[in-house]
Amino acid sequence: MTAFAPIERTRSRGAAADRIFNAVTVGAAWLVLIVLLGAAASMAWGGRLAFKTFGLKFITSSDWDAVGGQFGALVPIYGTLVTSAIALIIAVPVSIGIALFLTEIAPRWTRGPIGIAIELLAAIPSIIYGMWGLFVFAPVMATDIEPWLNDHVGQWPMIGPLFSGPPIGIGMLTAGIVLGIMIIPFIAAVARDVFNQVPSPLKESAIALGSTRWEVLNRVSLPYARSAIIGAIFLGLGRALGETMAVTFVLGNAHDLSASLLMPSNSIAAAIANEFTEADTDLYRSSLIALAFLLFIVTVIVLSLAKLLLMRINRAHGRTH
Amino acid sequence: MNKALVLLPLAALLAACGSNHSGNSATTSGGNEITGAGSTFVYPVLSAWANDYSGQAGVKVNYQSIGSGGGISQVEAGTVDFGATDQPLSPDELAKNNLAQFPVIVGGIVPVVNISGMAPGKLKLTGPVLADIYQGKVKTWNDPEIVKVNPGLSLPAAQITPVHRSDGSGTTFNFTHYLSQVSPAWKSGPGEGKTVSWVGGVGGKGNEGVANYVKQIPNSIGYVEYAYVIQNKMTYALVQNSAGNYVSPSADSFSAAAASADWASAKDFDLVMTNAPGANAYPITASTFVLLPKQPKDKGRSDAAIAFFKYALEKGQSQANKLDYVPLPDALVKQIESYIGQNVK
Repeated sequence: MTAFAPIERTRSRGAAADRIFNAVTVGAAWLVLIVLLGAAASMAWGGRLAFKTFGLKFITSSDWDAVGGQFGALVPIYGTLVTSAIALIIAVPVSIGIALFLTEIAPRWTRGPIGIAIELLAAIPSIIYGMWGLFVFAPVMATDIEPWLNDHVGQWPMIGPLFSGPPIGIGMLTAGIVLGIMIIPFIAAVARDVFNQVPSPLKESAIALGSTRWEVLNRVSLPYARSAIIGAIFLGLGRALGETMAVTFVLGNAHDLSASLLMPSNSIAAAIANEFTEADTDLYRSSLIALAFLLFIVTVIVLSLAKLLLMRINRAHGRTH
Repeated sequence: MNKALVLLPLAALLAACGSNHSGNSATTSGGNEITGAGSTFVYPVLSAWANDYSGQAGVKVNYQSIGSGGGISQVEAGTVDFGATDQPLSPDELAKNNLAQFPVIVGGIVPVVNISGMAPGKLKLTGPVLADIYQGKVKTWNDPEIVKVNPGLSLPAAQITPVHRSDGSGTTFNFTHYLSQVSPAWKSGPGEGKTVSWVGGVGGKGNEGVANYVKQIPNSIGYVEYAYVIQNKMTYALVQNSAGNYVSPSADSFSAAAASADWASAKDFDLVMTNAPGANAYPITASTFVLLPKQPKDKGRSDAAIAFFKYALEKGQSQANKLDYVPLPDALVKQIESYIGQNVK
């Protein structure tokens, strides 16, 4: 009897701690949900005037005329999606390459310094990327890369129109590349941690069976880490969709719809940042808040599509997560 | 990812709370501190004046450069003692909110170009040509319309990239107001406003954004405040004034415009002085206006604000000149002082 008392006491104290811990984590999780829903609801409410005035035309129209009071979000939505897509096309292969190199190929002593360098890159404020993009990268695009694209790729069928236009160095392609460079450290840092989690016995078994290094990477490490890697890509994509300052610097902030990636465009976040201070009519302000709501919706749709894709891949490979 | 989204409404909320709060608490404190908000264009010279004035009169002037639109709504709501705007309010609008209005400073808006080998002040443009460039009708630098007014000047066959402001601004308002006056096609097309529906081109944020884009993009043209032309040593173009002369942007030509503008018959100084008639007047001259409540809640603070602007208009010329602004002509200052005496109680 006496022997049981202390155990029971610790157990009940443990149970109380458990309940508190449980309540704190539940509270934290709910807080995120409440903030998210609150932000969405307040943006939808703030944008109600724009949605009521323009209806579905707000999404399908490319007009953006503050003088005439006509607002349509097609150009910012298009610019946001196109620049983020370019960013992913560049960032995903490079990031995975960096992560695989760091975990599997690089000499052990270089892993620390390179890893820290990547984490430092992630800590650079986005405005610095924007300034680098404008002062260093845009002139290179204007004098070397874009004229070359015009002369060579611009003539190709199908994708030619994407790469022809005046070489001004500022536009969707430049913005997409700068965004891609910005999100590389995010994806690479997470991917590196994930590849480090691949159990050594799995890799060793593959090597014992006579696999080459490529086969180990391709058949063991990548499949094992797949869902976490896609999570890392979501993280980068989310950052690209909502990025403001870096994009404002190099995108050109023009409300024009054009097929060419060399032409300036606008993104949702950049339009809001640029125009909010002097939006002097109720409809104008409401349209900008409605844009913010649309960014929210676009992000939810893109992330849901990515989640669906992940589920299909996992089902195809007979794994569920 | 959603950080910006979540923070945006929060930040706006905080900003709104913050400004209301400081405004309310400020109106009940004494007359040795005055608050203002509005135009970013006037901020450098206003803070120079405020600095000098607090040393001399012991009155602290707290000015927040949140943009003209913000300044107007804050002074209408009564949360600040004065507002500043680059776009004058109409007498009707002033009467509705019981506000008085007067100009405090003059500046110029200058077209700048990036054409390889072009020296500053060599390229000449007429108002309609400038409008056609910004409407995408004149597409290359060697277009006959440009060549016609620049005989003997070598102009490249390159495509023009017009650069405009991406944010709403008084600079854009004055620039498009000028284009609307000289080009019927512009008036019926994009029109005038703090931001308009641009045709093509790229948009830079702030004067510095436009200045940087023009420096980075070959064969581009932009429009910036005079101070940015001087500080960045940019290649400016001359614009033909309404008397037919091509005048260089300078303090002299801006004051010539201010002097020749018809202030006397402009009720509540509701006058945008672009395209002023003087022979030496610079065509795209702009001014910033101060808004004061006609029947202030706190007489002491309103008097302090009037005393501050009296000091700025009478003794602030040297600071203005140092910062590449142009002080108002003496006759106009006298007119403003009698206007304040009559209108602000």
